[in-house]
Amino acid sequence: MPTFNLKINNKTYSVEADMDTPLLWILRDQIDLVGTKYGCGIGQCGSCTVHIDGNAMRSCLLLVSQLEGMSITTIEGLSENGDSPVQEAWKEIDVPQCGYCQSGQIMTASAFLKRNPNPSESEIRNAMHGNICRCASYNSIEKAIKVAAKK
Amino acid sequence: MTPSKQLNFSRRSFLKTSALAGGGMLISFNLFTACKSDVKPPIDISQLNFNDFNAFIKISNEGKVTIFSPNPEIGQGVKTSMPMLIAEELDVAWKDVYVAQGDYDPVNFTRQVAGGSQSIRHGWEPLRQTGATARQMLINAAAAIWEVDPSTCTTKEGVITNANGDKLGYGEVVADASILEVPENVKLKDTKDFTIIGSNISNVDIDNIVTGKPLFGLDYKQEGMLYASVMRPPAFGNVLESFEDNGARAVNGVINIVQFGNKVAVLATNTWAAMKGKNALKANWKEGSKTESTAFHDKTLLDLLKGNSFETLRKDGNVKKAFDEADTVLERIYESPFLPHNCLEPMNFFAHVTTDKIELVGPIQTPAWTAQRVADHLKRDIKQVSIKMTRMGGGFGRRLYGDFALEAAEISSLTNSPVKVVFSREDDMSAGTYRPAIKYKIAASIKDGKLTGYHLKEAAINGNMYGLIPNFFPAGAIDNYQVDVANYKSNITTGAWRAPYTNFLAFAEQSFFDELAQTMEVDRIQLHLDLLQNVKGTTDERIEYSPERLEGVIKLAIEKSGWGKTNQGVFQGFSVYYCHNTHVAEVADVIMDKGLPIVTKVTCAIDCGIVVNPLGAINQVTGGVIDGIGHAMYGDLSFNQGIPQSNNFDNYQLIRIGQTPKVDVHFVDSDMAPTGLGEPPLPPAGAAVANAIYAATGKRLTKQPFMSNMEIEKIVG
Repeated sequence: MPTFNLKINNKTYSVEADMDTPLLWILRDQIDLVGTKYGCGIGQCGSCTVHIDGNAMRSCLLLVSQLEGMSITTIEGLSENGDSPVQEAWKEIDVPQCGYCQSGQIMTASAFLKRNPNPSESEIRNAMHGNICRCASYNSIEKAIKVAAKK
Repeated sequence: MTPSKQLNFSRRSFLKTSALAGGGMLISFNLFTACKSDVKPPIDISQLNFNDFNAFIKISNEGKVTIFSPNPEIGQGVKTSMPMLIAEELDVAWKDVYVAQGDYDPVNFTRQVAGGSQSIRHGWEPLRQTGATARQMLINAAAAIWEVDPSTCTTKEGVITNANGDKLGYGEVVADASILEVPENVKLKDTKDFTIIGSNISNVDIDNIVTGKPLFGLDYKQEGMLYASVMRPPAFGNVLESFEDNGARAVNGVINIVQFGNKVAVLATNTWAAMKGKNALKANWKEGSKTESTAFHDKTLLDLLKGNSFETLRKDGNVKKAFDEADTVLERIYESPFLPHNCLEPMNFFAHVTTDKIELVGPIQTPAWTAQRVADHLKRDIKQVSIKMTRMGGGFGRRLYGDFALEAAEISSLTNSPVKVVFSREDDMSAGTYRPAIKYKIAASIKDGKLTGYHLKEAAINGNMYGLIPNFFPAGAIDNYQVDVANYKSNITTGAWRAPYTNFLAFAEQSFFDELAQTMEVDRIQLHLDLLQNVKGTTDERIEYSPERLEGVIKLAIEKSGWGKTNQGVFQGFSVYYCHNTHVAEVADVIMDKGLPIVTKVTCAIDCGIVVNPLGAINQVTGGVIDGIGHAMYGDLSFNQGIPQSNNFDNYQLIRIGQTPKVDVHFVDSDMAPTGLGEPPLPPAGAAVANAIYAATGKRLTKQPFMSNMEIEKIVG
C-alpha cells in the first residue's frame, strides 16, 4: 500500500492506505480523530465536513491520494480549547440534541462565517443546506450562527 | 414501546437497593484537597476519590458530586434532566456536579429504557427520593458530629449549617454519612423551593460534542478490534443461496469472512476495507417468502378497511344506529407510507464474546432486553453479559431493537474476535424496522347539527395501535364511538417510530376534525372545546387525557399564535393532540410561493407539567415539531418486490434547514408532575400544516407525504 503524508490540524501524519480510501476513514480509523462523523458516505448529509485550505468540504468524498500538500482541519483542530466563536455560540445556544451532526454543522458554519462575517438569514440557510440534522435543531443552528457572527 | 406501565420501583425496593449499595461503602481520603471549588466540570474525575453513596450518587471529600444517569441518551436530554432531579433534592450546586452515564445494571436501576417518553415521568419521584435520602444521610452525619438534632440543620449548595451557624461541607461528612442507616420517609422539597429544576441547564455533553470527542458508538474502539460490514438480503423475503468471496478477500485489510444465517460478515482492520469487501461479495438470492411491493400494500390495506376482519378496541353506544339515523355522514381515508428512522449515526455495536464473558458496547435504547436476547441467542447465562451504553446519534425507536447488537455478538462468537458491526447508510435504510404503512378510515355522523357518532378503522402492516390509544381524544366526548383495527402480516420488519401509531393517527384525526367542523358549519376551535365539555367530570377511568389540560393548550395556542389575526397571505391551520401523557396544541402558518406551500412558523402550546429543563425542553419541542413536518411533507419509503426503493439521502428526503419553520414554544405554567417531551410534539404537526394548506388552497391532503407528485398536483390543481 502506498504512503501519504497529510497535514492535519498543523501536524504531519504519514499514513498507509489504498489510493481510493476516503479521508473520512483515514481520520476516524487510522488517526483516531473521530469528531468527523460518517453519515451517508455520498456527500449528502455534511456530518463529515472538514476544512481543506480553509474551505468546507466533505471528507467522505475526498480521497487520501488527492490531499498531500493541503492543509486539513478537523473539528479537533478548529480551536485550541473548543473556544472558537462558533463553538462558543453553539454552547451558548445549547444547540445539540443527539449531537452527532454538530461537528459537521460547526465546520460548515465556521468556514462560511470566514467568507461572510455578517450573513443574512437566507444566506445562513443557503450555506447550511447541505448539513442534515436528524433531530431538527435547525432553529438553534440559525440562532447560534447569528450569535457567532457577533463574536 | 410500552407506555404507562406502572413503575416497578417501590419505595421499599429503592431503600433496600441504596442500603445495599451504600452500606459498608467507605472511605475517601484527601488526595484532592487542592481541588478548588471553582473547578468547572467536567473535571478529571479519575483524579478524585469518591464514596459510593448509592447507585446514583458519588460524593468526593471535596464535595464534588458524580451523578449517574441511568437511562440511555438518544438526544432527548435525559442525561442532563434526570441528574437534575437528583441534584435538586441532594441540594448541591450544579457546577459541582459531574454527570456520567450509568451502565446496564439490573440490580440497581430499573426501567433503563429510552422509549415512550417515560424517563422523566417515571423518574420524577424515585430520582428525587434518591437525592433527598442522600441529603438526609449527610445531615444526619453532620448532626452526629455536632451532637445536635438533625432537624435543626439546613442545607444549601452542598453545605450543611446548624442552628449556631456552624458549617460542614458534604465532602467533609460523606465518609461518615455513607455508613449510616438509610432513612425512610425523607421529605421532598416544595416545588416553589426548586432551584435546579426549572432552570436552563446546558446539555452535559456539550463541551465534548462541540470539540468532537469520542462519545458515540461509532467512535468506540478497543485494541485488536475488527470492523464488520454485513451483507444482508437485498429484498425482504429473500434467502441466501450461495456466495463467492474472492473479490472481497482481495481487498487490503480484509481479515475474515463468515456466514451466519442469511447474512455474510466481512471483517477488516478498518471500516472502509470492511465496506469495500462487503460490496465485492457476489451472492445468489432466492425467494424464501413472497416479496411485496407498495402497490400490493396499498390494495391490501384498502381491502382490509372495506372488509370485516376487524378487532374492536373500544365501543361506546351504538355507532351503526347513529350512522343509520344521521342527516349527514362524513367519511375519509388517510394514508401513510413506511418510514425509515434514519438516525444520523448508522446502527453499530461492539461485541467481544469469550468463553466466560459477553462484553457489549454501543448505542442501545433497551439494554436490559438486549442483554437477555443476546444471552438467549448465544445460549449463555445473562450474568455473563455486560453492556456499556454510549451516547446515541439519534434513536427515534430504531435503537429499541437490538438486532445490530445480536449481529455483533454472533459474529464475535463465530470468529473469536472483538468486533464492531458498522452499518453503511445503505444498510441502515434498507435493513430497517420501519414505521409501518397505515391507512385509517374515519367516519362521523351528524344529526340535527350535532356530532352523534365517530368510527375509526385502522388497517396497518404487521401491528395495530396499542391498547391505550382508543382512549385518547375524542373518546368519551361522543356518545357513539368505536375503534376497530385490522392488520396484514408482512415479511417487512416494522416497529416503533417516534410516537408509534399516533405519529400518523394524529394527522388523520386532526385533519378529519378540521373538515368535520367545516361540514357542520361550526368553528373548528369551538368544536373541540364543546366536545371537551362532554368529558369533564367523566367517571370513565379508561380516558387517558385530561379535558381541562387539552382545553388549556388549545387556548394558549390560539392566544400565542394570533389565530385569525394574521397578515394577508398567511394561512393558519390548527391541531391538538394528547399522547405519551402530554397535551399539545399547534398552529401552523403557511404562505404560498409559486403555487407551493411554505411553512413559515409553528406555534406550539404544550402541557408537560413542570418543565424540568426549559432549555432542553424547547429543543425537544422544536425538534419534534420540525421532525413531524419533515416526515409529513417528504418522508416516503416504498418497496418493489421486497426491495426498499430508497437507500441514501440522495433518494430519500429529510427536512433541511431551508425548509424549516420557526417554532414558537409556550409551556403551560404548571406544578403537576412532569411528563415526557420526546414524542408528543411530533404527532399534531402534520395536521396543523395540512389544515393550513387547506386554508390556503381549499385542497384537503389525505395522503403523506404531502410533497409527493400526486399530492402536489392536488394543491397546484
